Amino acid sequence: MVQASPVLTFRNISKSYAGESGLVQVLRGVDFDLSSGETLALTGESGSGKSTFLHIAGGLDAADSGLVEVAGYDLSTLSDVQRAHVRRENVAVVFQQFNLIPSLTVGDNIAFQARLAGRVDDALLIDLAERLNLVNQLRKYPEDLSGGQQQRVAIARAIAARPKLLLADEPTGNLDEATAQRVLDALLALVTDTGAALLLVTHSPAIAARMDRHVHLSRGLLK
Amino acid sequence: MNRACLKALFSHWRRNPLQLFAFLAGLALATALWSGVQAINSEARASYAAAAATLAEGQFDQIIPPSGGTISQDDFVALRRAGWLVSPVSEGEVGGVRVIGFDPLSSPVNFGIDELEAEEQSLREEGVLYANPETMRGVEDSFDVPLRANSNIVLGITVGDIGVVQQVLGRTHLTRLIVLPEQPLRRPKLHDVTPHLDLQEASQTADIGELTDSFHLNLKAFGLLSFAVGLFIVYSTIGLAFEQRRGIVRTLRALGVPLPRLISLMIVEVFLLALVGASLGLALGYFIAAALLPDVAMTLRGLYGAQVSGVLKFRASWWVSGMGIAVLGSLAAATVQLRQIAAMPILASVRPRAWQMHAGRALRVKASAAFILMIGAVALGLFGSGLIAGFALLACFLIGAALALPVLIHPFLVFAQNHARTAVACWFWADTRQQIPKLSLALMALLLAISANVGVVTMVSSFRLTFVAFLDQRLAPELYVQVLEAKQAVAIETQLPELGATVLPLLSQDTEVAGQPTRLFGVRVGPTYRENWVFLEGLPDAWDRVRDGTAAVANEQLARRAGLWVGDSVMLTKDHRITIAAVVADYGNPLGQLVVDEALFHTLHPQIEARQFGVRTDDPAALRRILISDLGLADSAITNQSALKDISLQVFDRTFTVTSALNVLTLAVAGFAMLMSLLTLTDLRVPQLAPVWALGMTRRRIGQLELMRTVVFAALVCLFALPVGLGLAWVLLTIVNVEAFGWRLPMFLFPLDYLRLFVLAILAAIAAAFWPAVRLMCLPPAQLLKVFANER
Repeated sequence: MVQASPVLTFRNISKSYAGESGLVQVLRGVDFDLSSGETLALTGESGSGKSTFLHIAGGLDAADSGLVEVAGYDLSTLSDVQRAHVRRENVAVVFQQFNLIPSLTVGDNIAFQARLAGRVDDALLIDLAERLNLVNQLRKYPEDLSGGQQQRVAIARAIAARPKLLLADEPTGNLDEATAQRVLDALLALVTDTGAALLLVTHSPAIAARMDRHVHLSRGLLK
Repeated sequence: MNRACLKALFSHWRRNPLQLFAFLAGLALATALWSGVQAINSEARASYAAAAATLAEGQFDQIIPPSGGTISQDDFVALRRAGWLVSPVSEGEVGGVRVIGFDPLSSPVNFGIDELEAEEQSLREEGVLYANPETMRGVEDSFDVPLRANSNIVLGITVGDIGVVQQVLGRTHLTRLIVLPEQPLRRPKLHDVTPHLDLQEASQTADIGELTDSFHLNLKAFGLLSFAVGLFIVYSTIGLAFEQRRGIVRTLRALGVPLPRLISLMIVEVFLLALVGASLGLALGYFIAAALLPDVAMTLRGLYGAQVSGVLKFRASWWVSGMGIAVLGSLAAATVQLRQIAAMPILASVRPRAWQMHAGRALRVKASAAFILMIGAVALGLFGSGLIAGFALLACFLIGAALALPVLIHPFLVFAQNHARTAVACWFWADTRQQIPKLSLALMALLLAISANVGVVTMVSSFRLTFVAFLDQRLAPELYVQVLEAKQAVAIETQLPELGATVLPLLSQDTEVAGQPTRLFGVRVGPTYRENWVFLEGLPDAWDRVRDGTAAVANEQLARRAGLWVGDSVMLTKDHRITIAAVVADYGNPLGQLVVDEALFHTLHPQIEARQFGVRTDDPAALRRILISDLGLADSAITNQSALKDISLQVFDRTFTVTSALNVLTLAVAGFAMLMSLLTLTDLRVPQLAPVWALGMTRRRIGQLELMRTVVFAALVCLFALPVGLGLAWVLLTIVNVEAFGWRLPMFLFPLDYLRLFVLAILAAIAAAFWPAVRLMCLPPAQLLKVFANER
C-alpha cells in the first residue's frame, strides 16, 4: 500500500505570545503530519493553543520557528499575498462563529469560496445543499437561519471549494447535541467523498473518537 | 475572484439600501452645490472671455477722447494721414442696448460677426445690425434698421458697420480708435497730431473678469462649504458601512483574498459609487445653476456692468471639476477606514469595533486638531495677507470649531448627568453622552451650516444697514440730470439757480493716482457735501482744504490699495501734489475715487465739461416738469433720488439672493446629514435600547426620548454656533471684505434673526429625528427580543 502524501506538515513548530505575566509558549517544537483523506481530532484544555495550531496550519498566523507545509508549499517562506493564494486554492476553514457573509444569500455564501478559487461546480453545490438539507434556505440570508443551519452553510461553503485541507474550529461547539451529531455526520461524509484531509478542533471526546486519529495538545506539545 | 469579491462587497449596499441612499444622496447634494456654483462661474467667465475677445477690450491699445468728449472724423483722417494704423469705432445706446459700429475692412476684431458675413454680404449695403437672439428679445422696435440674429455676438450689444451705426445713432463722430498691432516705425507722436486725445494701453483697460473675481470667489467659497457639509454625510456613511463590514473583511481574507487585492477592490467600490453619486449631483447641480443663473446675471450686470448669459450651457470644465472633487472627496473620506482595515490583523475580533471604545482617543485627537487649527487661524489673522489667506483663515476657524464641538458638548452632558434626579433622566443623559461619537459628524455639519447662516445673516444685514445709511448720505440731491449737449449744461447752470435750485455739477475723469486706476471727481463744495458726507476719518477742516484746492477726499478703496490715509500727500500730476483731507466709505464700488474741488478739476482737465448734475430743490416734481418742457430734456435723462435709491437697494438685494439661496441649501444639507445619521444608526440603537425596554420603558416613551435627545443636541449646537457664526462674520467683514472689495464694514448684531434661525435649525433637527424615532416606536418586540437570544 502506497502511503498518501501529507497535505499538512509541521516540523519543530514553536509559537509564543506576550502574556500579562511574560512570554507564553503555546507550541514547543511540534512535529506533525496529516495526509489526504485522513481525519484527525485535536483536543486540549482551553487556552492550550488549539486555535493557534489551527491558524498556523491555515496560514492565518505565522509560527515563530519551524517548517509548515500545506499542499507542498512552505508557508514560512511565503509573503502574505502568497499565503492567501495557498489558502484560497488548498484550504478551507469552518469557524466556530460561522463567519458567513451576512449580505449574501445562503446560495451565494455556499458558492463563495469556490468562486474565489475559480472552480465552481454547480452539481456539487446542488448536492451539498441537498445533503445538508439547505435546499429550501438557498434564497434566504444568514440572519434568517438558526445556528445549526448557519453552521451547515459554513460547512457547505468549505466543502464546495474542494479544499485539500479542511480545518474546523469546534464546528459544533455552539450547537445542541442532536444538531451537532447531524452536522458532524454530514461533515465526515463529505470529507470522505472529496478525499480532503480534516483537522478538527474539539473539546468533545465523543466527537474525537469518530476521527481516524486523535492528538491532544498539552503544555505546547502533542501527545 | 474579483467578481466574487465585488459581489460580496456590493451586496452590503443591497442589504442596507438606506446607507446606500445616504452615501449617494450626500455625495449628490455635495456635488450639486459645488458644481452648481462652478457652472455659474464658468458661464460668467465664458461670457467675460467672449466679450473681451470680440470687443477687443484688453487686447489692443486704443485712442480715446477725454471724458465726455468725442473723436471727430477729422481727427481720424489726420491720424491716418500721419501714418497711424487705426480702426474707427462708434458706440452709443439705443433702447438700453449698447450699439457698436466698426469698420470690417480695417478692424483687427470682428466683434462676433463671421468674416464671410462681413465681406460677402457687405454689412453697409445690407444696412442691418447683428445681435444675440437673447439681446434681440423686446428691443427690435427700438431700432430703425433690421436686426439679424447671430448667437456669436456678445450679450447686451448690437454690432454693425460703422456707417449704419452712425446713421442709427444720428451722429458722425467716433468714440474710440483701435490701434492696430503693426504700426510703421516712423510715425509722429499722438499728441503731436491730436493733442486732445489720449492713448490707452491694452493693459489699462478694466478687465471685467478681474473686477468680478471677488464675487466669484465668494460663490466658490460657499460652494466649497456646502460641499464640505455634504462630504460629512459621505464620511459618516462610509465609516458606518466599513465598520459594519469588518467581519466580512476578515472572512474574505481568511478565505484567501489577499489584503492588497481587497483594498484595491474596496477603492474600486467607492470609486464606482462616487461616480454614480457625482453623476446625480452634476445633474442636480445643473438645475440649481440654471435656477440661480438669471439672478447672478442680473447681479453682475447691476454691480459690474458685466453681461452674462442667463442661459446655462453644458461646459466640460465644471463637469470635470464636479466629478473630480466628488470622486476625490469620497476616496479621501474612505482613506481613514481603508487604512484601519489595512492595519487590522486577520485574526482580529469579528465584532464591529464599538464606537465608544475609541471615543476617548478620538476626542483627544479632535481636540488637538481643533487647537492646532485655531492657532493657525490666529496666525493667519495676524500675519496673513491677501484674499487666499482670508479664506484659509476662515477654513481653519470653521474646521477647528467643528472639531472642537464634541469636546465642548461633552462637559455639558456630564454636568446634566451628575445633576439628574431620576433613573430615567440619569440614563437619558448617559445615553446621550454615548451617542456623541456616532453623531459627531452630523453635529459638526449642523454647526457649520448654522454658523455659516449666522455669519452671512450678520454680514448681509450689517452691510444693508450701512448701505442704506450710506445712500442717504451720498444721494442727497433730489434730482440727477444727464445732458448730451453743452448748451443744455449751460442752461442748467444758469436757469435752475434762478428757480431756487442748487446745481451740483459732477465732473469725472479716469486717471491714475499713486499707481492705482482711479476716477477723479470734481465737485462743487458746499453745504450738501459738508452736511451729508460722513468720513471714516478726516481733518476737521477737510472740506475747506478741498475747497482751497490743496486737498482731496479719497474713497476707502483707493486709500487702502494705495496705502494712503488722512494727512498723506499724493501727486495728482507731475507738478501737482495734494493732501488727503479725508477718507470716505464707498460701499459697492469696485473702483478707487478721489474727490477734488471743481476749480482744481478744471485746471487739471480743462477740456472736460460737466454732463451730469445733482440738483437740490424743494419741489422735485415741478422742477422735473420745467427741465422737460423748458430745457427740452428727455424724461429718461432725469432720475429721482428715491428711484435711484430703490434701484441701488434692488441691486443690493439681488446681489445676495444667490448667497441666501446657497445658505438655505447648506442648512438643508445639514438637516439631511442629521436625518441620514439618525436613520442609519437606528439599527445600532436596538441593542442599546432593548435592555431599557425590557426593564419597563415603553417603546413610545423611548421614541419620545430619542426626539428629545435630538432637540438637546440641536440646542447645544446652536449655542456653540452663535459665537462661531459671529466670529465668521467678523472675519468676513474685517478681513475678507477688505481684501476682496477694498472696504471695511461695521458689524451689527441681529438677535431676533439669530433666534429665528435657531428655532428653524431645531425644527429641522426634530424633523430629521422624527422618522427614526417613529421607527423605534414601531419596532416589533420580536426584534428587541433578538438582542437577548443566545441561540446560534
